[in-house]
Amino acid sequence: MAFDRSDLDLFIPLTLFGRLEEVLLGSSNHHVIPFRVYLNILLILLLFTVVTVVVSRIDFGAANAFIAMFIASIKAGLVLLYFMHLKYDDKLFPTVFFISIFFLLVMFAFSHLDIITRVLENNIL
Amino acid sequence: MNTANSTKHHYAHHFESAEHEYQTSKFGLWLFLCTEILMFGGLFVGYAIFHHKYPELFKAGSHFLDWRLGSLNTVVLLISSFTMALSIYYAQMNDRAKTLINLYITLICGFIFMGVKFFEYSHKIHEGLLPGHLFHYAGEGANAVANLPLYFSFYFCMTGLHGTHVLAGLFLIAWLIVRTHRGEFGPKYYTPLECVGLFWHLIDLIWIYLFPLLYLVG
Repeated sequence: MAFDRSDLDLFIPLTLFGRLEEVLLGSSNHHVIPFRVYLNILLILLLFTVVTVVVSRIDFGAANAFIAMFIASIKAGLVLLYFMHLKYDDKLFPTVFFISIFFLLVMFAFSHLDIITRVLENNIL
Repeated sequence: MNTANSTKHHYAHHFESAEHEYQTSKFGLWLFLCTEILMFGGLFVGYAIFHHKYPELFKAGSHFLDWRLGSLNTVVLLISSFTMALSIYYAQMNDRAKTLINLYITLICGFIFMGVKFFEYSHKIHEGLLPGHLFHYAGEGANAVANLPLYFSFYFCMTGLHGTHVLAGLFLIAWLIVRTHRGEFGPKYYTPLECVGLFWHLIDLIWIYLFPLLYLVG
């Protein structure tokens, strides 16, 4: 059973490197985001900051932290997409970035699983 | 429009083209941002675990912070991110004067942020609201909740690491201003602007999460 090229393409690291070569040697056509877009994004970000502060005054119980993180994530998404140009960049950059976010979530999930499933003999943590 | 005498940038010999150099530099910077996310991530995971364990502690701790100062710093950082993005926009438009103005505004916003931080820190240090065993606050609400020093350990570690990044960013922006004055950037070459910009936006990104976690949610 010989591997041909299409087999190798399924192997993610190899395809990633294939993309890397393609992107890094690619032709120059930098997308210029119009001034109005930057301004609108700033205004939306400031609006969401006001929303964060106002919402923090209302007690939603256990949902408080979730709501705050949800709004923060929308703001972070706007900064990533427009200020950091991810929307118009090659998809290689967001892919690599979100792999690190994914592993952060793995660390988050497993340390929480560890903590909440512990049987504590003396409650130190 | 002031680029008649701009210095021409030559890409390094191991690259195939200027575009190759630009994209490679940017890719390297994104990899660096990944390591930054993982470094700050450790603190965020620690925060989440202790917040889960002692929700009332974080609520009480956040009352020692002034949400107005936190909001001010959020607005200042958002505006600085905007002007940083504009400095790249004007470099792409080949407008050196406006690139410089926006870099200066970004620098000033960074200094305002650090000024507010300095004011907050000196107030906390004066009151004895310090991390771990350094904690010696004895005023109102000192014994309302157990483990209050733990909250300030998180506060100082997270904002301290973030503040260090702001300082590093300020040095880098000052370096960009010097190079822009020399006329090194234009539509054909603005890689350092783009890369420092990405770093600066990441600092903004982290503050977007720190602000509600430390000042608001509690």
